[in-house]
Amino acid sequence: MADTRTIAVTINGTVHNATVETRMTLVDFLRHELKLTGTHVGCEHGVCGACTVLVNGVSARACLMLVVQCDGQRVATVESLAGDRKLNVLQQSFQDNHGLQCGFCTPGMLMTLTEFLRDHPEPSEAQVREVLSGNLCRCTGYQSIVDATLDAAKKMREAAR
Amino acid sequence: MFKAGHFTLKPAPFTYHDPHSVDDAVDLLARHENARVLAGGQSLMPMMNFRYAMPDHLIDLNKVGELAYIHVENNALHIGAMTRQRDLEFSDDIARHCPLLKAALAHVGHRQTRNRGTLGGSLCHQDPSAELVNAAALLGATMHVVSQRGKRDLAAAEFALAYMTTALAPDEMLAGVTFPLPTQGTAHAFVEFARRHGDFAIVACSAMLGLDGKGNIAKVALAISGLAHAPVRPATIEQALLGQKADAATFKAAAAEAGKLEAGADAYVTATYRQHLARMLTYRALEQAATSATENHHG
Repeated sequence: MADTRTIAVTINGTVHNATVETRMTLVDFLRHELKLTGTHVGCEHGVCGACTVLVNGVSARACLMLVVQCDGQRVATVESLAGDRKLNVLQQSFQDNHGLQCGFCTPGMLMTLTEFLRDHPEPSEAQVREVLSGNLCRCTGYQSIVDATLDAAKKMREAAR
Repeated sequence: MFKAGHFTLKPAPFTYHDPHSVDDAVDLLARHENARVLAGGQSLMPMMNFRYAMPDHLIDLNKVGELAYIHVENNALHIGAMTRQRDLEFSDDIARHCPLLKAALAHVGHRQTRNRGTLGGSLCHQDPSAELVNAAALLGATMHVVSQRGKRDLAAAEFALAYMTTALAPDEMLAGVTFPLPTQGTAHAFVEFARRHGDFAIVACSAMLGLDGKGNIAKVALAISGLAHAPVRPATIEQALLGQKADAATFKAAAAEAGKLEAGADAYVTATYRQHLARMLTYRALEQAATSATENHHG
């Protein structure tokens, strides 16, 4: 008999009530149960960062959390970033600076940077490189990703002024 | 009937428990065979996803609030096993009273893994080159272990039983750790070599150094990770450093001895290379600690 729990988890502002197997990871719940396939799953052991989401505003590997642990919590995925068919500042900077090639790592990069730029509105290049150490890009397009991040930070500061 | 979910479950089946207190957690541990406690999940979850670890009972400690704390009392830093690495990283108490721990944390994983990962999780996973395991060895931490049978304290060296194995019995869990605060006037350094930022180190070396009025070494501790199943505290090298002048020649001699310590090899890194790193990193750790000790003196 499968071990199940009934949970209520808020994903991108919407409360989802679900009965889940307790061994289901958060990323598999997002992708396979909710069909929110924006969050990618790469290495499945916490190294690549493709599955990074925000849990209560803090970045986490969605492959290393059980969805049952998110009962009563708030989860934000890459689908929460663009509003009304319009890319947000960070996403637009990625497009403008060629911050993606195949796009596989992009959702994780964006979620890591969403938290980072919220906490560090004036980052140095070294800080950007350090925070990105937890997200692998196998196209190795890191320079463009760093450029996109610094560009986004600048635009966000200008918009806040 | 086809159901997508059946094909998307990575960990093997288990019964999930989420106790709210230490009493309930140790009660569950005592009652169940093949049970594992889940802390931040940054090591056990990968092992479960790959089915290297297949517990029948998973006891999730994330709701046990009493296991998350940081406080300074009686010249020691007391930290709960479920305190997140993130909270250690941003703690004013740790920055002020135990900067070595903060320096070690700068090398631990990544933003996303430190947000979830815990002190206790890292110590119980006991990777031979984990930075927090090294810091516990250098500072001479005491591990507070609990079970339904009672409590016991273990020194860091006793806690590290074998390769990735702690001295915890199957019904025991780590509740907290006490780090004696470094004496006033001592300085520290934490250096390591890893292939990528955030990886476990190949070799890591931490040093604690205190100088007397003449610039001679009055207090010293070294911990070198990556040579054996647990960090090595080279007592002979530490002893030989005492009373010596804190200069390049002294550190070079100590580093040469560190390079002769017995080292293990694996499929990726030879013993000779680990010894080379031990020599280089011991020198750098001592030199950095001495520089900051001198600054303390003049500052």
